[in-house]
Amino acid sequence: MTPILETHNLVRQFDDLVAVKNLNITVEAGTVFGLLGPNGAGKSTAIKMLTTLLPPTAGDAIIAGLSITRHAAQIRRLIGYVPQMLSADGTLTGYENLLIMAKLYDLPGQEREARVREALAFMGLDGAADQLVRTYSGGMIRRLEIAQSMLHRPAVLFLDEPTVGLDPIARRAVWEHVQQLGREFGTTIFLTTHMMEEADNLCDHIVIMHLGEEVASGTPESLKASIGGDEVTLDDVFIHYSGSSLESGGSYRDTARTRRTARRVG
Amino acid sequence: MTLQEQGVPHGELDSAALLRPIGIFSASLRFVQKTLVIAELEARKLRHDPTELLTRAVQPALWLLVFGQVFASIRAIPTGDLSYLDYMAPGILAQSVLFISIFSGITVIWERDLGIVHKLLVSPTPRTALVLGKALSAGVRALSQAIIVYILSALLGVNINWNPLALLGVLLAVILGSAIFSTFSMIIACLVKTRERFMGIGQLLTMPLFFASNAIYPITIMPEWLKVLALINPLSYLVNVLRTLMLGQPVTPLLLVNLVVLFAVTAVLIAIGARLYPRLAV
Ligand SMILES: Nc1ncnc2c1ncn2[C@@H]1O[C@H](COP(=O)(O)OP(=O)(O)OP(=O)(O)O)[C@@H](O)[C@H]1O
Ligand SMILES: [Mg+2]
Repeated sequence: MTPILETHNLVRQFDDLVAVKNLNITVEAGTVFGLLGPNGAGKSTAIKMLTTLLPPTAGDAIIAGLSITRHAAQIRRLIGYVPQMLSADGTLTGYENLLIMAKLYDLPGQEREARVREALAFMGLDGAADQLVRTYSGGMIRRLEIAQSMLHRPAVLFLDEPTVGLDPIARRAVWEHVQQLGREFGTTIFLTTHMMEEADNLCDHIVIMHLGEEVASGTPESLKASIGGDEVTLDDVFIHYSGSSLESGGSYRDTARTRRTARRVG
Repeated sequence: MTLQEQGVPHGELDSAALLRPIGIFSASLRFVQKTLVIAELEARKLRHDPTELLTRAVQPALWLLVFGQVFASIRAIPTGDLSYLDYMAPGILAQSVLFISIFSGITVIWERDLGIVHKLLVSPTPRTALVLGKALSAGVRALSQAIIVYILSALLGVNINWNPLALLGVLLAVILGSAIFSTFSMIIACLVKTRERFMGIGQLLTMPLFFASNAIYPITIMPEWLKVLALINPLSYLVNVLRTLMLGQPVTPLLLVNLVVLFAVTAVLIAIGARLYPRLAV
């Protein structure tokens, strides 16, 4: 196994608040990696640094041999990203959303149309391709966004809370598509979630963050084993490692943002 | 079949290829392509919902019909050998360019809240192309205003110069003008980041920008302090160009100076905008 992503003492500070503290994680190529943690743990901040949106305060990360601090422009061709918010453009059709992204990633003319059609079919959206995205359900928007982020076949796909606000059926559809991406294209998936069932279902490896720091790391099984007892669920692991105080992290701001996303979905 | 098609994840090979510098020619070509894709994106949105363009036509119509007619009849403003309506028509064109562009920055605040900005910034698109593309699309919207002002002016009997070169010059000036004001607006949006503060500042700036210019009265009749403001206001330079070309005034070297000023201001604002735009993702 070769790591495709490694962080080296990655730090991000906002004024006095250290949102990510000396993060050292390793992600093996072709696996599904889960970054877990309660609101305000620093998951989105970590993803933003890894996707070159936010310069680290200190430290570095290497993705496919390139440094996020020195080769940001090159890394952008290797990665895909689905933000925490529902970010497809509601004023365009699904097809147009994909077309514009395909053009921004320099897919050549003939290939572009084929990729867009293929992505629509893969995500089960061909029927809705020419509707304005504003008329889509939350689950459809999420699938469209994943389709957008996969057009250029990234080596690593970053999904920030891919199923927040989705109903159980839409959630399952997203999980299936994510797993299928890994199988068909060998894409490494890096996702964040605070849904333990999601992590248990999808992830090969998990890191739990709390208040900016890594507090646990391992496979879902090893984490469950680590706190012992029969019938331990990942929920127990989560609560164990993020202190009993699930309310500790997360500002009004985080909650407001999550709510807004949920409302747009619902 | 390439490695990627076989589903093999990227290895060192691809990464090394990415580090190889690409030629200046392909880089420039890509830059232009990306700029046009961003403009296309905005144009497509406009095509789905063009109502804004129509409602925007009301304001210049009111200015030309009401204000223009009244002030033309009372002859209160000295405009040399031009009739007041002639004098004012290019000013109203400049005004509609200003008004349609100065609030366009609000869209990047929307796009920030939705995460669209984040996705654009993660794509391999040069920041300057993102900002320039937006500026160009503001130009497209402003052109729709130009068409309306030309139609109204023609109906009101303004002495329009239909020389194709002059029309081309007006087109260029309108695009430059809206690039200036829309990019300025975007810069404010990048700094304040919230809708409320942005709207407040926008309201605060719009009318002073309009009145501290030679759009509807000449600089010569202004008090000294206002003259200074009018001279540093890019709108005055836009008005100068439009007045010369739209009315077929004699072309002097001054036209070139005005155009150079517009180009320079556009370039500086685009450069600043490209530096600030990535801040929206934070
Ligand atoms: N731009 C910013 N300016 C100041 N503080 C920020 C900024 N972005 C994030 N923070 C703070 O950093 C901390 C980590 O935030 P982050 O969004 O990374 O958490 P998260 O784990 O993604 O939480 P959630 O589950 O709510 O999405 C929070 O306390 C948050 O308020
Ligand atoms: Mg988050």
